[in-house]
Amino acid sequence: MERISKDQVRHVAHLARLSVTEDEVDTFTEQLDAIIGFAEQLNELDTENVEATTHVLDIHNVLREDEERPSLTREEALKNAPDQEDGQVKVPSVLE
Amino acid sequence: MSILEESFSSIHKKLHNKELKVSEVVDASFKRIKEVDNQVQAFLTLDEENARQQAEKLDEALANENTRGLLFGLPAGIKDNIITNGLRTTCASQLLANFEPVHNANVMDGLEKAESVTIGKLNMDEFAMGSSNENSGFQTTRNPWNTEYVPGGSSGGAAAAVAAGEVSFSLGSDTGGSIRQPASYCGVVGLKPTYGRVSRYGLVAFASSLDQIGPLTQTVEDNALVLGQIAGHSKSDSTSADVPVSDYLSSLTGDVKGMKIAVPKEYLGEGVSEDVRNRVLEALKVLEEQGASWEEVSLPHSQYAVAAYYLLASSEASANLARFDGVRYGVRAEQADNLIDMYKHTRSQGFGDEVKRRIMLGTFALSSGYYDAYYKKAQKVRTLIKQDFDNILKDYDVIVGPTAPTTAFKVGEKVNDPLTMYANDILTIPVNLAGVPAISVPCGFSGGLPVGLQIISRPFEEGTVYRAAHAYEQATNHNKTKPEL
Repeated sequence: MERISKDQVRHVAHLARLSVTEDEVDTFTEQLDAIIGFAEQLNELDTENVEATTHVLDIHNVLREDEERPSLTREEALKNAPDQEDGQVKVPSVLE
Repeated sequence: MSILEESFSSIHKKLHNKELKVSEVVDASFKRIKEVDNQVQAFLTLDEENARQQAEKLDEALANENTRGLLFGLPAGIKDNIITNGLRTTCASQLLANFEPVHNANVMDGLEKAESVTIGKLNMDEFAMGSSNENSGFQTTRNPWNTEYVPGGSSGGAAAAVAAGEVSFSLGSDTGGSIRQPASYCGVVGLKPTYGRVSRYGLVAFASSLDQIGPLTQTVEDNALVLGQIAGHSKSDSTSADVPVSDYLSSLTGDVKGMKIAVPKEYLGEGVSEDVRNRVLEALKVLEEQGASWEEVSLPHSQYAVAAYYLLASSEASANLARFDGVRYGVRAEQADNLIDMYKHTRSQGFGDEVKRRIMLGTFALSSGYYDAYYKKAQKVRTLIKQDFDNILKDYDVIVGPTAPTTAFKVGEKVNDPLTMYANDILTIPVNLAGVPAISVPCGFSGGLPVGLQIISRPFEEGTVYRAAHAYEQATNHNKTKPEL
């Protein structure tokens, strides 16, 4: 049984904001199927009573005073923006 | 012999005796790059003008006996996912081909204080995803020992530049072996510190729970010197640990008497080449002759590490790389009708195949209906793998094995088969999942290509790792042999 369908690959590509050609859909379907198949070996392990590790450090909340601190200037923040106008980032239309 | 093949202490002695100037050291670096980098292709960007200015400034300081930095005047190469103020930083991606950061990574501030000289930015697999440098969006770095072979990855440029004598040291990053595996393939010393030992602020994130910056050098002593300058807590990275930085040089005693070494049977088993196994057994004998003892142990969940890693790292990457959308930086695709189209075209044109594949895998593993089956399952397996290490390191000082199952492979050999490529990281990935420190130190050759010995220890015990690696290095001197280019 296939683990991931072409339609799922198209859906995942949309979620990831990638445009894919039909050739790429074929390749990704095949390769992701193989990788997911490989990953399914994890099911050999019983992990019912195992805690998930999100982080190896004994992490706690790091808090600080809400004080004003230096930040980037507008010029610096826009230095690498591909398109800009009047000190703001410019993008194509958001609404149809 | 090029001055850059000498150790830091030897260069520093000559600088202080006025036999040598910083500008000559920096000259030697650019000269070597001009001679060999058309073959090695380690550098993506050179910063010659600034480097020469910096050298002049340091020579003035030297004349006034005002040299405070522990890396004074040493030429450094920086992996191109570490941001450098005003100096192009691409992550070897076409998407960031024109990106000029507006501030420094914390580690660059550390180097500035230590007074090293940044020579340029080094090639890598795009966004650090790969084990061969073949996933670079610009060029494929070659192994200085044989340019038909890969240098390893993803810090392939960082390892090759040190091996080829282009710089005194480099900084790389390691998410699943990306410092240690290329160090092994290129015959240099590479350390992945404990997770949290070095601030990640300004390291372009691949998998945030696994990434660490570390040094690549010719000797263990030089490596310890660099780590001392980049380690420590930073307020800009809340995952950097507030643990005092040890004096790593004081660990280099040459004494491993009574050291207890664990050798996981999984690290010398199937898939490990006979030559690599023999080099590691020979290395264990050397350590034994110096008074250490070793026993075979088991890390029973090792075989599941690669699968868990690719799910976790890809999931984290799919979220981290969402920021590359052509809005605030990067090369924006033209001719888009609306915002979503612009995102899609920018990302599809800018990212290479491996990056897209991992974003797709990660997005799938995190998507509704699959999260528990893949992502959460992998996090639980990570716990089991970490427990394996905790258990062994209760009774032993270090874990020793090969860094990679084989020596370097040929350019093009594995490029069409992601799973074979991934299997290459089978001995380094578990260390990232457990968050512990590990080094790769040269331990001989197979067919003219270097083999690396991996030494792993407990969290924040980089000193123990260095002590074992240094004692071994002093007894063998494999790093005295240099590639001919």
